[in-house]
Amino acid sequence: MLDLLKAPVLAAQEFFLLTGTAFRNIFRRPHYGDDVALQMDYIGVGSLPIVVLTGFFAGAVMALQMSSALKQYGQVGRTGMVVSITLVRELGPVLTALMVAGRNSSGIASELGSMKVTEQIDAMRALGTDPVQKLVTPRLTATMVMLPLLVVIADFVGIVGGWLIAILFLNLDSRQYFTSAWRAIEMKDVAQGLLKPLVYAAIISLIGCHYGLRTTGGTQGVGRATTQAVVAATVLIFITDLLITKAFV
Amino acid sequence: MPEQPRPSVLKFENATVSFDGVEALADVSFEAFEGESRVILGAAGSGKTVLLKTALGLIKPDSGKVFAFGRDLTGMREVDLSRVRARMGMLFQESALFDSLTIEENVAYPLLNQKSVACPPDQVHRRVVEALDFVELGETLEKFPSELSGGMRRRAAIARAVVTGPPLILYDSPTAGLDPITAHTIMALLIKERDTARTTTVMVTYRYQDGNLMANFRYNSEQGRLELARNGSRRDLRTTFMVLREGRLIFEGDQERLESSTDPYISKFVKQRE
Repeated sequence: MLDLLKAPVLAAQEFFLLTGTAFRNIFRRPHYGDDVALQMDYIGVGSLPIVVLTGFFAGAVMALQMSSALKQYGQVGRTGMVVSITLVRELGPVLTALMVAGRNSSGIASELGSMKVTEQIDAMRALGTDPVQKLVTPRLTATMVMLPLLVVIADFVGIVGGWLIAILFLNLDSRQYFTSAWRAIEMKDVAQGLLKPLVYAAIISLIGCHYGLRTTGGTQGVGRATTQAVVAATVLIFITDLLITKAFV
Repeated sequence: MPEQPRPSVLKFENATVSFDGVEALADVSFEAFEGESRVILGAAGSGKTVLLKTALGLIKPDSGKVFAFGRDLTGMREVDLSRVRARMGMLFQESALFDSLTIEENVAYPLLNQKSVACPPDQVHRRVVEALDFVELGETLEKFPSELSGGMRRRAAIARAVVTGPPLILYDSPTAGLDPITAHTIMALLIKERDTARTTTVMVTYRYQDGNLMANFRYNSEQGRLELARNGSRRDLRTTFMVLREGRLIFEGDQERLESSTDPYISKFVKQRE
């Protein structure tokens, strides 16, 4: 029984050690600014199309679904409110994080995993560079900067998606939709909506790095690490979503 | 007048390394001295690569000690290990060039990142060009590793290993997977580096021919090629052979003793000689 627990406990310990070191390195020299910028471009700008699409359709579908429910109570005019609250509190952060996890946790795990199995990580250490400082911290920093921005964009595009549905199919006035959407959002919704992506960003980048850096078993191992990273990041996003939401509700 | 003892460069003292309960290195002890060449023979999975990574401090032994340049690596912090590693060059088995960097950036990497090397930025390019010229790859500065053949990547990795002029160089199966002509070119470069820079060389390989070249040939700098070292001409550069079997050091001695060994495992390596 103890032997069965040994491997997951060891993996968890490695993950927490990596997390601690990666965060501590943010304040330590050397800082790899070029790598941070490169990762911000790859993780942030690169994820923009998929995040915009997801946000738009999430907002549009939400408007359609909610309007039919609100119609029963004669409250179709409140569609904007429901769409904006749902997006800012929940769907924007979670859907964006899931998209970025699918795209970047896997990308990070496969890149670092390939470097591990081809001894590039060992070479880096042999040549005087700390792989956590050079590879993990820039990815963590870049994701933590870019994910909240992507969430803000996804929220905005989602509200626009809901507005299109509202004016095209629900015969709502634009002013009515946006006023309802704007007034519904409180400071704690914004706080929740921005705290979540910060936590998710740490999960996405660190899980990707963790699985990448402990890859073994050649190219097959890289594939395994990639899959494990996406699954673990997705599950952790849902678990932390519940915990953060509970703290705010 | 008695000969001055050479300083110890690398020393293993009963080093044992295990992975998941399986011993990759078992109670290994040896000592390499300045200017010496060590050829470590062993089949796949015998612990050759683990031995080199332990020598670099990339792997910590479970028990025993490892000394490099007289300093104990076993309890050393990563930051202190970096200073010791700056005095070692390492050629990894698969070259381990960074895919995202050009050949110039790869070779410049140790000059720019090893703090104790302290290469002035305006001299980096010149030293990179010198190192690449040494391995006859001067025209590949702007290329990426994926654009080079296997042999060229191995040569670029040798340039990266020697660019800082380290006194100890570790070679992990330098000719593995290469055709005989390219393998000979690589061995010629290793011998050239050893004889021109007077480095201590530790080479692990499964090819006895590589060890034979290392032990019996020298680089003629005037003619720019290898030549057979006549008896006595390489007295100052001793080559010691070691044989690893399943993590255990089963032989340590000169080529003559190696070739006269009756151990069936050792004989298999020696019989490779053509």
